[in-house]
Amino acid sequence: MQDDLRDLYQEVILDHGRRPRNLRAIADASASAQGHNPLCGDQIKVYLTLGPGDVVEDASFEGKGCAISVASASLMTELVRGRTLADIERLFGGLHHRCTGQGEAPSEAGIEDAMEKLDVLSGVREFPVRVKCATLAWHTLQAALAGRAKVSTE
Amino acid sequence: MKAARQHTPVVSYDVAKLRAEFPILARSVHGKKLVYLDSAASAQKPRAVIDCERQVYEEEYANVHRGPHFLSEWASDRFEAARATVRKFLNAADAREIIFTRNATESINLVAATWGRRFLKAGDEVVLSEMEHHSNIVPWQMLRDAIGIEIKVAPITDDGELSLDGFDRLLGPRTKLVAITHVSNVLGTVVPVAEVIRRAHAAGAKVLIDGCQAVMHRAVDVRALGCDFYAFSGHKLYGPSGIGVLYGRSELLEAMPPYMGGGGMISSVSFAHTEYAGIPQRFEAGTPAIAQAIALAPAIEFVLELGFEAIQAHERDLIAYATQRLSAIDGLTIHGTAPGKDGVVSFTLGHAHAHDIATILDRAGIAIRAGHHCAMPLMHRLGVAATARASFGLYNTRVEVDALAEGIEAVRRIFA
Ligand SMILES: Cc1ncc(COP(=O)(O)O)c(C=O)c1O
Repeated sequence: MQDDLRDLYQEVILDHGRRPRNLRAIADASASAQGHNPLCGDQIKVYLTLGPGDVVEDASFEGKGCAISVASASLMTELVRGRTLADIERLFGGLHHRCTGQGEAPSEAGIEDAMEKLDVLSGVREFPVRVKCATLAWHTLQAALAGRAKVSTE
Repeated sequence: MKAARQHTPVVSYDVAKLRAEFPILARSVHGKKLVYLDSAASAQKPRAVIDCERQVYEEEYANVHRGPHFLSEWASDRFEAARATVRKFLNAADAREIIFTRNATESINLVAATWGRRFLKAGDEVVLSEMEHHSNIVPWQMLRDAIGIEIKVAPITDDGELSLDGFDRLLGPRTKLVAITHVSNVLGTVVPVAEVIRRAHAAGAKVLIDGCQAVMHRAVDVRALGCDFYAFSGHKLYGPSGIGVLYGRSELLEAMPPYMGGGGMISSVSFAHTEYAGIPQRFEAGTPAIAQAIALAPAIEFVLELGFEAIQAHERDLIAYATQRLSAIDGLTIHGTAPGKDGVVSFTLGHAHAHDIATILDRAGIAIRAGHHCAMPLMHRLGVAATARASFGLYNTRVEVDALAEGIEAVRRIFA
């Protein structure tokens, strides 16, 4: 296999793609949203349970997609658990930076371990059309949180 | 007894010589020889088309139907000669029945927005099929939302053929239009359009055929078919992008209101009143795709010179060979197994998603399409989110099919 393909389809990615973690619905989720990649028709749904201080207690997803989008969603549900919304924002920034090489890398202070786990997705950088696959779950998570905010302000 | 059908032997088809006519096929991608298996999305262009478009700009260009000067007249003649070439290609009765559009999408929207708005009313039914491209779904939904027509969807069989029984059941007194693809861009199924048209006409309905995936593979005779409208895009027929065609029977076109208003589609204008031009100018408001229309003619001449018998024999061989090679791959499912398919082989592979397949093949220089192919309702019917699709043109080879099969084996090894 070529190096760029090997970097994209790392064993961790293939493993998450094959055996996605937290692939389930959460019946009484505090927030959820449907995400859609119009390019390939992939659809996923992300669920979140928030505890005191807006710390994520549980995260899960449902749906089908390519190895990259499923692995990214699976990894995300693991990484966001126990984190504050501000940390999640930084993680998404870190993922975006890894996938595109653009913008400024956010501070990793206090979340270095989680940030390092995102390194497996940096192979996407060589495949610009696949960036949307890697970020779909994270955008959906953002939409879930935004939707919750709207509901809670009513 | 009739003599055995003449068969052009495949050996007389000099594919290497043909490939040399398509300059882009010589390039490499990611350091690998390009294997272009995405002609159903858009076909590559022969030198005759490229040269023609360049020549128009270098020697023959001016606006059409406007200027009282040499070049304008020359360009107008060339533009109208291209229309005549399209007429001959479709065997339409009259060149006035050929409307130049940007693409098939615009052709279908034109019919929905003009014929549909004028002649359909709330409760009238338009019959589509389960294998339509979004281009032949969304314009009718827009019309439904605007004036309250109803959309009926003819089912397909598990092999991907149109169910004629299912189709028949939808035809009734309220059926006013059948809008259906000639060849499926996902399954390769060839719809028996002559039969569909016969049955639709018997029910009193008009018929629009989306010929996007048909015109590069088979001879189309709109008069023999008896269809009312026929749409296709130049870019899939080895012609330029930006030029499309709508054929419409003249009686229908004459009765239709204009599509867009502007220059070129009027016979006189005052602020109180505008007289519209006759057909086809009534439907060609504004400056058209001049060089592209002119360069569509050599694309048509290219395939006509080669002949559809030879093209079909070659492409049928490729489809059969690809079907054989791909079915031998562990875990691979071919979607669309109707007999006599044209142009495309769609497949899924175990747990490997179509996008991953396409990415890995791309790194081997092999261009295929992955996704829903603008046919999301069909994906739903097939029970898949996406498929990978290899599509074949007159320049593809068995060696390229081998490369595809080997590439898919590599994918399988990664995802095993
Ligand atoms: C069956 C079919 N209909 C319509 C279209 C739309 O063609 P265009 O995008 O050129 O308008 C396509 C092309 O993808 C097609 O395959």
